Amino acid sequence: MKQTTEENWTTVIKPRNKLFEVNLKEIWDYRDLLTLFIKRDIITNYKQTILGPLWWIIQPAMTVIMYMVVFGGIAGIPTDGIPQPLFYLAGTCMWQYFSDCLNKTSNTFVNNAGIFGKVYFPRLIMPIENVISNLVRFGIQIGLFVIVYIVYAITGSNACPNLYLLLFPLLVVMLAGLALGFGIIISSMTTKYRDLQILFTYIVSLWMYATPIVYPLSEVKGKVIAGLDLYTIMRINPVTPVLETFKYGALGAGEFIGWGWLAYSFGFMLVLIALGILIFNKVQKNFMDTV
Amino acid sequence: MSTAIEFNNISKLYRLGLVSTGTLSHDLKRWWTMNIKGEEDPYLKIGSVNDRSKAADSEYVWALKDIDFKVEQGDVVGIIGKNGAGKSTLLKILSKITAPTTGTIKAKGRIGSLLEVGTGFHGEMTGRENIYLNGAILGMTKQEIAKKLDEIIDFSGCELYIDTPVKRYSSGMTVRLGFAVAAFLDPEILVVDEVLAVGDAEFQKKAIGKMQDVSRGEGRTVLFVSHNMTSVKALCNRGVILQNGMLIDDGEIDSIVTHYLRGDNEVDNYKAGNEPLVSKKGFELLEIGVRKKGGNYIDVIRMDHELELVMRYRLTEAKDPFWITLHMKNEQGNKIFSFTGSGRCYDRHHEAGDYQQICTIPANFLNWGSYAIDFMAFQQPNNIEVLANESDIISFTIANRQVAIGGYMGKEPGDVMPKFDFVEEKLK
Repeated sequence: MKQTTEENWTTVIKPRNKLFEVNLKEIWDYRDLLTLFIKRDIITNYKQTILGPLWWIIQPAMTVIMYMVVFGGIAGIPTDGIPQPLFYLAGTCMWQYFSDCLNKTSNTFVNNAGIFGKVYFPRLIMPIENVISNLVRFGIQIGLFVIVYIVYAITGSNACPNLYLLLFPLLVVMLAGLALGFGIIISSMTTKYRDLQILFTYIVSLWMYATPIVYPLSEVKGKVIAGLDLYTIMRINPVTPVLETFKYGALGAGEFIGWGWLAYSFGFMLVLIALGILIFNKVQKNFMDTV
Repeated sequence: MSTAIEFNNISKLYRLGLVSTGTLSHDLKRWWTMNIKGEEDPYLKIGSVNDRSKAADSEYVWALKDIDFKVEQGDVVGIIGKNGAGKSTLLKILSKITAPTTGTIKAKGRIGSLLEVGTGFHGEMTGRENIYLNGAILGMTKQEIAKKLDEIIDFSGCELYIDTPVKRYSSGMTVRLGFAVAAFLDPEILVVDEVLAVGDAEFQKKAIGKMQDVSRGEGRTVLFVSHNMTSVKALCNRGVILQNGMLIDDGEIDSIVTHYLRGDNEVDNYKAGNEPLVSKKGFELLEIGVRKKGGNYIDVIRMDHELELVMRYRLTEAKDPFWITLHMKNEQGNKIFSFTGSGRCYDRHHEAGDYQQICTIPANFLNWGSYAIDFMAFQQPNNIEVLANESDIISFTIANRQVAIGGYMGKEPGDVMPKFDFVEEKLK
């Protein structure tokens, strides 16, 4: 009897967690906080701007116009026979969502040091919230894509969706998962060494060019640089299969990358998230002392 | 009664200086010794004691060292200590903001911590939206907040502005709103850092009253950090003193506050020694001190106590005339008044011998706070000659009188706060 009362502790604070001690139930307990944070982000994002959420449409529109001039016009890179605005918009919307999530998630600790220093809640709430609230913006941009698509469909173009478009929800989940995984790993590392933050910003901007956005993957086929088969390397990039599948499903651009590569991408995401949570979990206990 | 929180040898090591420079090399060395050689963390052994007045002999410092105590259910524990003693670090560890370097804390029940009011407030959102967000950050569910929303708004006194963005609020209103949310948090264990030191007198009264209800009425366990001894005494039943990261005393709140006020090195209300304190031209000051009338030098002096200033001195030769003058100084070092008994209270002609002078300062005269006394002694055979001129020879602290629960705990302005006679008559 005495033994049971002795062990009746509900909270135990220790120097460090066990490696795999991730309290998912705790995150679930804080789900209200998660929804409130998402609400906050949506409410406050474009307050006191004149154009408001219209910026979410202006940004990709401008990017697409720029790509049309630089890559389509000057460089003359083909777009798999798909009208340029559609081709670029499909890639930009997806990539924008990925990079927005990644950039914001990778600054989790640094940006939230104020709140984290004063109150405890599962730190993982922040990156998760990020990935979800960015979906709103992504949704609006996909809306733009659909409108442009309809315009082209009416005026007659060779772009046409196929059954692979049904994979779209899975593709979004994969993008979110990849961004979350990379983001929390980066954020865990940047609390101590800020150099990494600068390095990663640089890497993310280069990464876009390693992903088929401004050119079709089919263009790379058969190209060998420094003895390396570019086509294979491109597909190792876990974002490539996701983007290619979307472009193939929505526009019929190029050819399906294959279930193997898609599965690889999915597996990559799972490993990344698991690894990310492990590192994040280790760092979150003491990051206040080093941030 | 059962134990609500148990601190087992809690220690926390901090690195001094810049965290960035050389972090990598320390990390590599730590990783090398711990993972490859399989030894203990090489930096854990060398931390120096946390005493900010001395230069550290190591790059690492123990912000907390072997904190070990238990808190019973329903206890309201005041954690007191000087700035940098480790109070906030302890609360941070308990609030899970940072982890201890060694040791464990075990607790029964939800821990709600209030290290700041209005954490996470967003200026663009309305008061109502912020109540929800802040409540959720503090660990409440939407449902709980919705149930208490009216009470929270009422308590904050911001009904009129509740649908206005918080950025339009005055800073006082923001604080009120923040505290109102926190006040309706109901964890089994509440951790509070000096949040009561904000807001105006009326709000402080409200806040302390609420804290009282929480701890007394609802039997909750509270840990409370404050520098305001009056509110600590009014709220807490137990106390612990932290000094340089170590727990030096633990017990009933009254004795703890007394110990803290007495044990403070900066407060030195009595001086005596084998050697005279001052020795010049046949004048020797032997002893000087301030105490509660009829009490000991270690007793706490409260505003409603009569004070006595006791001086013992020796004249090895006759002096005519000889007198002592004193200056009373406040915390800022400004002289408030000077006082002397010479000529009126005692004869200025002195034979050789040992003397004692006692000066009585009436009760309810000096406001609460810290004071210092300058001591001067003179003789005037032909011209005035200074025998002693000691600045800040002693200093002492006067505590507030007992304040009824819910009464104003802040300090009224001014160094003196005499009780004058007031007569009120209703004329019409």
